[in-house]
Amino acid sequence: MSAAVSRRPAGAGLGDLLMGARMAVTGGRAGWTRTLLTALGVGVGVAMLLLAAAVPGAIDSRGERTGARSEPFVDGPLPAGPDTLLVLHADGQFRQRTVRGWLVRPEGPDAPVPPGLTTLPGPGEAVVSPALRAVLDSPDGPLLVARLGGARVVGVIGADGLSGPDELAWYAGRADLTEEWAGRLDRFGGGGPGEDLGPTLNLLVVIVFVVLLLPVVVFLGAAVRFGGDQRDRRLAAIRLLGADQGMVRRIAAGEATAAALLGLMVGGGLFLAGRQLAWFVSFADYSFYPADLRPAVPLVTLVVLAVPALAIAVALLALRRVAVEPLGVTRRGRPARRRLWWRLLLPVVGLGLLYPATGSEPAPTADWRIAAGAVLLLAGTVTVLPWLVDLVVRPLRGGPPGWQLAVRRLQLDSATSARLVSGVAVAVAGTIGLQMLIAGVQDEFRRPSGQDLTRAQAMVNLPGVAEPRAALDRLATVEGVTGSAATLSTAAAPAGDTNPNAVVTVRIGDCAALAEYAEVDGCADGDVFLARSGDLEAGVEPGGRIRLDEDWTIPTATRIVPARTDPTGGRAQSALLLTPTAAAGLPARHLNATALLTFDPADRDTVERVRATVAAIDPPIGQVLEFRAVREDPGFTKVRTGLTAGAVITLLLLGISLLVGVLEQLRDRRPLLAALVAVGTPRRVLGWSVLAQTGVPVLVGLVLAAGVGTATGAVLLVMVGAPVVLSWPVVGLGTSLGAAVVVLVTAASLPVLWRLTRPDGLRVE
Amino acid sequence: MSIGHTFLGLLQASPRHGYDLKRAYDERFGQARPLAYGQVYATLSRLLRNGLVEVDSVEPGEGPERKRYAITEAGVTDVARWLAQPEKPEPYLHSVLYTKVVLALLTGRPAADLLDVQRAEHLRLMRELTRRKTDGDLADQLVCDHALFHLEADLRWLELTASRLDQLAREVGR
Amino acid sequence: MSADALLVAEDLHRRFGPTPALAGASLAVAAGEVVAVMGPSGSGKSTLLHCLAGIVPPDTGRVRYRGADLTAMSDTERSALRRREFGFVFQFGQLVPELTCLENVALPLRLERVARRAAERRAREWLDRLEVADVAGKRPGEVSGGQGQRVAVARALVTGPRVVFADEPTGALDSLNGERVMRLLAGAARETGAAVLLVTHETRVAAYSDREVVVRDGRTRSLEQVA
Ligand SMILES: Nc1ncnc2c1ncn2[C@@H]1O[C@H](COP(=O)(O)OP(=O)(O)O)[C@@H](O)[C@H]1O
Ligand SMILES: [Mg+2]
Repeated sequence: MSAAVSRRPAGAGLGDLLMGARMAVTGGRAGWTRTLLTALGVGVGVAMLLLAAAVPGAIDSRGERTGARSEPFVDGPLPAGPDTLLVLHADGQFRQRTVRGWLVRPEGPDAPVPPGLTTLPGPGEAVVSPALRAVLDSPDGPLLVARLGGARVVGVIGADGLSGPDELAWYAGRADLTEEWAGRLDRFGGGGPGEDLGPTLNLLVVIVFVVLLLPVVVFLGAAVRFGGDQRDRRLAAIRLLGADQGMVRRIAAGEATAAALLGLMVGGGLFLAGRQLAWFVSFADYSFYPADLRPAVPLVTLVVLAVPALAIAVALLALRRVAVEPLGVTRRGRPARRRLWWRLLLPVVGLGLLYPATGSEPAPTADWRIAAGAVLLLAGTVTVLPWLVDLVVRPLRGGPPGWQLAVRRLQLDSATSARLVSGVAVAVAGTIGLQMLIAGVQDEFRRPSGQDLTRAQAMVNLPGVAEPRAALDRLATVEGVTGSAATLSTAAAPAGDTNPNAVVTVRIGDCAALAEYAEVDGCADGDVFLARSGDLEAGVEPGGRIRLDEDWTIPTATRIVPARTDPTGGRAQSALLLTPTAAAGLPARHLNATALLTFDPADRDTVERVRATVAAIDPPIGQVLEFRAVREDPGFTKVRTGLTAGAVITLLLLGISLLVGVLEQLRDRRPLLAALVAVGTPRRVLGWSVLAQTGVPVLVGLVLAAGVGTATGAVLLVMVGAPVVLSWPVVGLGTSLGAAVVVLVTAASLPVLWRLTRPDGLRVE
Repeated sequence: MSIGHTFLGLLQASPRHGYDLKRAYDERFGQARPLAYGQVYATLSRLLRNGLVEVDSVEPGEGPERKRYAITEAGVTDVARWLAQPEKPEPYLHSVLYTKVVLALLTGRPAADLLDVQRAEHLRLMRELTRRKTDGDLADQLVCDHALFHLEADLRWLELTASRLDQLAREVGR
Repeated sequence: MSADALLVAEDLHRRFGPTPALAGASLAVAAGEVVAVMGPSGSGKSTLLHCLAGIVPPDTGRVRYRGADLTAMSDTERSALRRREFGFVFQFGQLVPELTCLENVALPLRLERVARRAAERRAREWLDRLEVADVAGKRPGEVSGGQGQRVAVARALVTGPRVVFADEPTGALDSLNGERVMRLLAGAARETGAAVLLVTHETRVAAYSDREVVVRDGRTRSLEQVA
């Protein structure tokens, strides 16, 4: 054929693209549904990407707000003036949540007002955050209200004064606030920089993003392929009319672009609508305002460009695997056996990228390299899965009819199913890898606190309390408290010693209470002990003199005994221990009160009652330390909580994609399903076949995911220099999450199956 | 084809003069071959003789033109029997069938029943031929198939006519 | 209607939204007879067949099969009935594309928990009987339309049904292939004593029936009634 004949006018390529785009939005009800599904799928993925892009900005906004209310660094002592404010932090805990509290007293008319407030609360007045107000109005309110020191709630803190909508915070005016305990400031804002995450946590964050976003990309790829079979058939019809492969490709690209653009719009809408949900979501102490979720412009640009590009790439790649011939799509025959080598290429390259990062430094800096390595390693799941599914399914024979239907379908076209579940597999692999890394490094962040819960559940410290004995009695009688080792203490220095660091604690309590601090065997009232741990300060010995309000002689009858680690887990400390009678004439006015409280740790309310009691004691600076067996780095906890939440969201998202895919396959087979039901096939059989058809690839996918995930986890662990341990609970959790998704999806698709198998399907369209 | 029955059907619709009768016949059923006057009067006199029509009125003047004919009770019964009876399937049946349908419509009889009865008759014959074909040798098969195809064509025509009865009724009624 | 009627429909009405698909359809099928249901397209033939087979419930009217009221049965009971007592042939789209022809024919038996070996043996016999033994190992996509329909007929008959419902079984075939399918269907039904309810608009196909019922505008016009 001569060139003149085959030449098409310039611009015909563009025409093909437009024709494809038109096909995406016309083409009857079926065409519309398909485009809508794709747009919705792409939209959900885009929304996820935008959300991820918004996270750094959100953290910044939050930081800006908390920074704006922080106390400024001051160079020197600030004198009282008309524009100064006395502030006392009264932060506390409530049911594992932080409650931020500020007691304030203006020292003049121009005292600064913290952000979010219009005026300072007067004495006996309080302004609370909306979340705190909600708690106060709840049945828990009575437990919490005492924290405000009896102040009346007169207002609500505005958004710019809170870290997020879910923060528990309050400001209360207090007339008796003095410089003795409170700080003075003349403005808010200008505090220190935010905390740094540290290298290992940084690595974790990078991996978390990779692990969460990779499935989203896989999902996007799958969404673009929604309705692929129909599209291939349509393209075949176009080929019959004389289109060549190039035109078909351009038409497909046009179609994919149109769907992707539609998806971008849907995604933008979903994101804008979805971020309103931020009002209701919070984890750990983190919550955000919808307006905080503002993705950075460069990232948005990237998403807007990358999604259509990905759509086109996927569409063309998909076309490469099928030959669209005029008489149909030649995928229908027996598929060729898949080759393995290139499928292994990705994970191998990934390992190669990760390997140099191992060993040398525990704090790897080449983040991109780790990200890329992890992406490739995990992406290996996507490439290897179809091959593996094929391998597993090929030899299957027989079984009950439902199973047979599913297996035969998989043998013919495992790619569709494999493609659908590969997202789940990637997500599970990533989650396993990450959780393994976390389990491996958690020792770095989670230490046994040393707090001895067999001896006490909480320690209360009341510094400088006016009525120490009365305060201790009140604590001992709080409802739920079963025991209290109450002591009074103060610090003394050896008399005449000029070394300011030479200090000895003097502690007064009954024998039972003192037993928490030293081994006071055979103690009786009137005894004095010198608890010893290491060397004693010079002069601190029976008969020695120490300086309190006045000098005081240590009785010569004092027994020296070994000191004991107290339940807080601190080191055993040397101290002078006096029974009440022995302390009768002690020249000390300022005494701190300390109580080690025992109560039933299962009763969540007791500790809250203790906190409420402490808040009512004057001055309002008492502390409650609730004992926990382990102590976690809060940053680490947040990353981990974030990951778990992210993994669940991702899996739900993938569940949606899986559901859409399954529904689409069902819709494709509607006439057949209707015919099968007409001939009396029990729906149960069809239900089982649907389950098996997704379940088998998912099972294979989960096994693969467990393998890849473990490998990823191991590499990451080596990289941070932690010992490699395989944690079965982690693998089990990851895989069972994936399995749960499949069961959910199958359950959700059954109603549609029932609907599709109604006899309407028998009608020829 | 029975001109007598056709006349009877036309007369049942309304009494007519002989000349009107010929015109009505030619218009609806005559196609290219109009009836000769002689045939008209011969047929009418046969019908008169058999008591199927009667002279309704004679207008003053001369010639046969002055007689107006009307159908008798016996004539109505005869038309009904004729219409209800299926024709033996044979080539060029349609002209008879068409006449019957139009007359049925003209006389307010259920034309659809007529067609269905004819269908049944055709199908009965087709069944017979099909049976013969299934049991017979190749020659039988070919012969039967020929007949079957013709019958099928007739049946299609019947089906088509059935689906256009409303339209036809409107045109006939005009 | 005769006392030995196997399947009886009385005055069926059925609407789909505003469209009346059936408006007073009655029909009786006796054991072993082949009844053709004819009528213009859209007249309600398929709906009538679906009602008779218990696939679609009529709005009013009753369907009785061997004395039992089909309209009063649960979906599960009707499914079981369709599986055990009825066979179906549709115009197309009824064979599972992933299964081989043999497996397709064996499927109804397998649903009745017949062991695979036995099911496939019987399936093979039926394929043989319908002159398509050679396509046993092929998938429906790999056989011709006529062969596919004969496989479908084999599948409809393999359970030994008392009634075979066929909705335009030759609709997608040329006349030669259509007649072949019909000859085999009618022949096999006569041999096994199964009644056949055959929906078709092709007279040459209907000619394989014993009797004909015409449906117009959702109403049956049985010719015995007219004549
Ligand atoms: N599931 C359905 N939904 C809506 N309308 C239907 C449905 N099934 C049948 N109909 C309508 O009922 C009428 C009869 O349909 P059908 O029984 O399929 O006719 P036939 O098989 O004779 O062509 C038609 O007008 C058709 O559009
Ligand atoms: Mg139909």
